[in-house]
Amino acid sequence: MFQEILVHLGEGLLEAFQPLNLMMIFLGCFAGLFVGALPGLGSVNGVAILLPITFLVPPTSAIIFLAALYYGAMYGGAISSITLGIPGASTAVATVFDGRPMAQKGLADQALMAAAVASFIGGSVSIVLFTLFAPPLAKFALAFGPPEEFSLMILAFATFVGLGGDDIPKTIFSILIGLLLATIGLDIISGRPRLIFFDIPGFMHGINFLVLAIGIYGIGEMLWTLETTQGQVTIHSVKTSWSRFVGNLKLIKTYIGGSMLGSFLGFFVGTLPAAGATPASLMSYGLTKTFSKDPESFGKGNPAGVAAPEAANNSASTGSMLPMITLGIPGSPTTAVLLGGMIIWGLRPGPLLFSEHPDFVWGLIGSMYIANFVTLVLNLALIPLFVRVLATPFTILAPLIFALCVVGGFAPTQDMHDVWLMFIFGVFGYLLRKLDYPVAPAVLAIVLGPLAEASLRQTLISGQGSAAVFLERPIALTCFFFALMLVLYPVYQHFTRKKAKAADA
Amino acid sequence: MKKSLKKLIAGIGALSFCAVASVGVADAAWEPKKPVEFVIMAGKGGGADQMARLMQGIIQQNNLSPRPFIPINKPGGSGAEALQYLKSKSGDDHVVMVTLNSYYTTPIMQPELGIDINTFTPIGRMALDTFLLWVRPDSGLKTLDEYVAKVKAAGKDWKVGGTGSGQEDSILTAMMEAEFGYDVTYIPFPGGGTVAKNLIGGHIDSTVNNPSEQSEFYRAGQSVPLVQFNDERSPAYADVPTAKELGHDIVYYMQRSINGPPGMSAEATEWYINLFKTVFDSAEWQKFCNEDGIDCATWVGGADLAAFHKTGYERHKALIEKVGAKAITGE
Repeated sequence: MFQEILVHLGEGLLEAFQPLNLMMIFLGCFAGLFVGALPGLGSVNGVAILLPITFLVPPTSAIIFLAALYYGAMYGGAISSITLGIPGASTAVATVFDGRPMAQKGLADQALMAAAVASFIGGSVSIVLFTLFAPPLAKFALAFGPPEEFSLMILAFATFVGLGGDDIPKTIFSILIGLLLATIGLDIISGRPRLIFFDIPGFMHGINFLVLAIGIYGIGEMLWTLETTQGQVTIHSVKTSWSRFVGNLKLIKTYIGGSMLGSFLGFFVGTLPAAGATPASLMSYGLTKTFSKDPESFGKGNPAGVAAPEAANNSASTGSMLPMITLGIPGSPTTAVLLGGMIIWGLRPGPLLFSEHPDFVWGLIGSMYIANFVTLVLNLALIPLFVRVLATPFTILAPLIFALCVVGGFAPTQDMHDVWLMFIFGVFGYLLRKLDYPVAPAVLAIVLGPLAEASLRQTLISGQGSAAVFLERPIALTCFFFALMLVLYPVYQHFTRKKAKAADA
Repeated sequence: MKKSLKKLIAGIGALSFCAVASVGVADAAWEPKKPVEFVIMAGKGGGADQMARLMQGIIQQNNLSPRPFIPINKPGGSGAEALQYLKSKSGDDHVVMVTLNSYYTTPIMQPELGIDINTFTPIGRMALDTFLLWVRPDSGLKTLDEYVAKVKAAGKDWKVGGTGSGQEDSILTAMMEAEFGYDVTYIPFPGGGTVAKNLIGGHIDSTVNNPSEQSEFYRAGQSVPLVQFNDERSPAYADVPTAKELGHDIVYYMQRSINGPPGMSAEATEWYINLFKTVFDSAEWQKFCNEDGIDCATWVGGADLAAFHKTGYERHKALIEKVGAKAITGE
């Protein structure tokens, strides 16, 4: 069994080292970087736009190109999150939490490096897991029904209760606002419209997650900066040098733990159909913070807060390939587009793809090993270029960010309604911040809310209204148990710290 | 250096001339002037989605359109979101939609949406998709009779998965409930792909998926079709009986057609009809239909499609009245 895998992997690597495929990897990673960095473009649109180009090359080279692009975009999202403070893609929202404060402290190079290294770790862990355990993991993904999905969502929410610091009521309030916004639009079960304010048709498709995230982080942040600095913004330019680079390398050990956690969690969440990299990165951030020795430093520029979500989103992007290849079900919106590509190339993803088209599957796996190295090298080498953005005067940077926000708000649904909404959220986010409410839980809630609602209602329908179904599900019970532990952990910590303080006194 | 610069300028000049020339030609007939939004009334990974992406591929591969087709999924509310969207795009020549039978059922079930499908611009019918009843091999079921007996015994504990209240599979489920006199629990999922996964994973007991959503699991021996709901056996499933053969009058197809928003210009409509006719006739499309047991024998376009939609709408209205809207929504 193990030997067989190695033989296949060897063949896959050979396939990936073909000059054409190697070129595809480079091109894909490079294109992905830019696709990911431009707000509103993201890997979904990038893959969809470039899909037709792949008809010019054989299917294996085509999927290698698109997978490399997907990969590169996961990192690319971090660049704008860190340097501009606006998430380039939904998967990079959690990277803003600590990446932006780091850049403001003049540590942008450190943050970018943490993102690159963590992405590399995430990519490596996930690809090894993918190589070794694809078939059993596919079985596990099948075991995940609605009750398990719901319990996973509860676990995700629990990771965030500890996020708001000591002010748990404010965190819960923020989650509730997010959940409320998530209910706007058409009800998924009955198809009835809900909370369509003033009968504006734009509310029919609900509140897009990126509209909220870009509004709060992009516009809200800009308003906040203007207020706090009275327009006299100091430039946080970073001088990159070899000695700084080496110094940053030494910092890796401070975030290796978070990266590993993010890698495993990301892969696991990624393999479950319909979850994807966005919840994975948010959960990874929440968990790393909860278990950190110094949770207070998160959100103020802790490199571990950049590393954890970045490791998770890269890992999840590999993970989401698994249900796509083995079940023909996309684990993320991007893999859904890839799936379409495979059908066009005449390949039918499903349980038989591994045995019927081994050259394709293993070529893809082999290419991911190489793409991982390529992205690392490319990203480390380009750090000096990216930090240049920060040397731009605020008078030039602000309009640029503003324009990017508008494009980013418009792109997902192509509806001006969402751009206006984004401005409203920007003001709203600024007010929340002024009143010292955490906004991250609201962002998490709007991503996970619809997933949680659908799975809860599916479970209850199948149980004919009884919630006892959950009790018969071992995986679901385990998730609930961990969720409960996570909620209690900050309380316990709070208690022990008080004790420690009392002892000090 | 200078020489190469000159060459470059000459090249750019030639290119811009070509561009001007091609604009001149384009004036003759209507062509898309920007990317065309290709709205899909269902979620990613389902039958409609796969077909739309295949069509997009055929269009791009054969250079049938000067501008790309960009697929956009609007799965919300059994297609209500997509219908609303298409309605709001009235007079836009750069939007077309791939429809399912929810094109008929959603406006009937949700009159408050204010959708009249007769106002939309019919372009062409790409396929008649078929339905089969699927179970897992470990259920031990081999025939429809065994199935009916088992479901009757299980009652509400029997879980049928589908793609949403008012979607075609929920209608078919309601038709079966009316015919066989049982009552099952119907669980909606966001797309046919997810339904298939939940059947294989054992979270539901049966489903009436389209062939394209189950064929790979079937080939892998993870799901079994018991009966098909066509007039005649489809060649891809030659050994699966039809409900009609077994003496049950349940025949149900799903139309997959392309429709534009209300008030699309006549020139644009004609261009889209020609385009999709070419796609329909392509070897790739016909191969896809044959492999999946989908009926792609006759092309129905333009005014013929409008007539087809009218009949389809009336038939669904009658069906829904017969089985009752409540049986479909499960309320």
